[in-house]
Amino acid sequence: MGNRSDTISIDVAPVEIAQRRHAPLPENREVVFDVQDLGVRYGATTAVSGVDFDIYRNMITAVIGPSGCGKSTFIRCLNRMNDLVPGAQVDGKILYHGEDLYGSGVDPVEVRRRIGMVFQRPNPFPKSIYDNVAWGPRVLGMRKDLDERVERALRGAALWEEVKDRLKRSALSLSGGQQQRLCIARAIAIEPEVLLLDEPASALDPIATTSIEELMHGLKRDFTLVIVTHNMQQAARVADMTAFFSLEVGEGRRTGVLVEYDATEKIFTNPSDQRTEDYVTGRFG
Amino acid sequence: MAVAAERISLRATGRSRRRLRLNRVMEGVAVLAASVALAALGIVVVSVVVRAWPALHVSLFTQTPNLFGGPGGGISSAIVGSALIVAMATGMALPVGVLAAIFMTEFARPRVAAAIQLFLDVLNGVPTIVTGIFVYGLLVIGHLQSAYAGAFALAVVMLPLVARATQEVLLLVPNTLREASLALGVSRWRTVVGVIIPTTLGGILTGTVIAMARAAGETAPLLFTCSIFAPAVSTDVTHALPNIPVLIFTYSEQPDPALHQQAWAAALVLMAFILITSLTARGLLARSRRKLTHG
Ligand SMILES: Nc1ncnc2c1ncn2[C@@H]1O[C@H](COP(=O)(O)OP(=O)(O)O)[C@@H](O)[C@H]1O
Ligand SMILES: [Mg+2]
Repeated sequence: MGNRSDTISIDVAPVEIAQRRHAPLPENREVVFDVQDLGVRYGATTAVSGVDFDIYRNMITAVIGPSGCGKSTFIRCLNRMNDLVPGAQVDGKILYHGEDLYGSGVDPVEVRRRIGMVFQRPNPFPKSIYDNVAWGPRVLGMRKDLDERVERALRGAALWEEVKDRLKRSALSLSGGQQQRLCIARAIAIEPEVLLLDEPASALDPIATTSIEELMHGLKRDFTLVIVTHNMQQAARVADMTAFFSLEVGEGRRTGVLVEYDATEKIFTNPSDQRTEDYVTGRFG
Repeated sequence: MAVAAERISLRATGRSRRRLRLNRVMEGVAVLAASVALAALGIVVVSVVVRAWPALHVSLFTQTPNLFGGPGGGISSAIVGSALIVAMATGMALPVGVLAAIFMTEFARPRVAAAIQLFLDVLNGVPTIVTGIFVYGLLVIGHLQSAYAGAFALAVVMLPLVARATQEVLLLVPNTLREASLALGVSRWRTVVGVIIPTTLGGILTGTVIAMARAAGETAPLLFTCSIFAPAVSTDVTHALPNIPVLIFTYSEQPDPALHQQAWAAALVLMAFILITSLTARGLLARSRRKLTHG
């Protein structure tokens, strides 16, 4: 997993970061999501189309690309969060462990139970720190050993030591970075199988960002992670696999497409597509 | 070496001077308008207190009206009756208003929500005397006047106020909070009960308290539904109960000056209630605002 001490500095080119991590990709990769020709429209405008790739278990998959290329739109399809957007229409297929996520009879509430999400801006409930983590398990009927569950989740999110003496305080009294880790604790407290993170560090300072990234390395033992980021160093630091999305311009329309998907090291050192190379080397116009 | 700089003037001249003057004038007008509003309130309060003064005894709150007029006696039965009627009206308007607002903001499709909204706005615009006649036709004709008929009429007045106030605080809840809960695999309904309502409780109660203050003073809906009553203290809501607005109305029409004084005293009690509830509402609102911003 490379040399951690220098992964923080910002002026290192993503290609160097990626080269230093000789993360061997496992041979038998279990497919968690099989995305097939996915497209999303908001009313009459197509936000993304033709997305097709596999996401593997216990890996961190990064989704990178310029803003507006449909990264959030895509990741919100994976737990049917887009159902909540009026006018959003999803085409194509996503198989989750072989089951069609959008098949008839699939309950989106159950989908989200298994596939958790952390958002761009920390959004803790206006409740106590303890209740932020405990509320989900309580509602979902996991009332047994609740205190232990809360502690485990907070430890998992590397927040326990900082908050263990003030669990009854309001979550809104925490700093931004702590709030985001609380949101991660809240998400993992219900033991999902997958954790989706949509630019989880974009509203945070570099130190908080680093702690979130280190946290992710630990989390992938238990979870499958998909992270959206516009920060290429971050993708190079944390991800095993990287999907590069871009905008295809034609007939006055701009549609997000998946350009290239490969091992992170490959994407940053030896991409197959010229557009990927332009983007990861910063030549993107 | 140094070049003597031309002296500049920072005083207002010409146009900017005119603007400055206009600004002062407008400021003065605004202060005047605010003072007029405050003075109006002051005059009302002072005149009520002065006229109520002779009737302000402990007995006012402990005794029932004298059967044969004259000095003495109190309005205790009207205070009890008003409290009961307003409490019942709140019991009816609060759940319906809150549920209607929740349905509109959290569940209904936009067109359905707009239709309900329109209905509530119309209801809010109905003159309260019409509400009174409506409830009279619905619950009183063929039966008798009763406290619950009065309470129902007041509930109709309160409903749009409660619903609108609740809707406003629900719209203040950021969508990210709903998403946070839904992303945990929690249903919409549990999200409303577990996250949205606790977050907005202060605002909902504020709206309710304001509606209660409004209902407590409403006279017209009670004239048809709850105005013929015995003077004794009673909690039998199947009969008309004495209440403050109707008491003020009837006493003020009597020739007896002692009853006039009691009418003023009753008005003072009503005003005190409204003042206290308004202050409570402000406190609740401040509390709920704090909750949404920082612990
Ligand atoms: N709720 C929405 N309604 C309509 N259009 C949307 C909505 N959300 C996103 N879009 C559009 O979809 C495109 C992709 O947006 P998004 O997925 O947020 O991109 P990214 O996360 O990569 O910045 C943009 O053109 C955006 O304007
Ligand atoms: Mg986004």
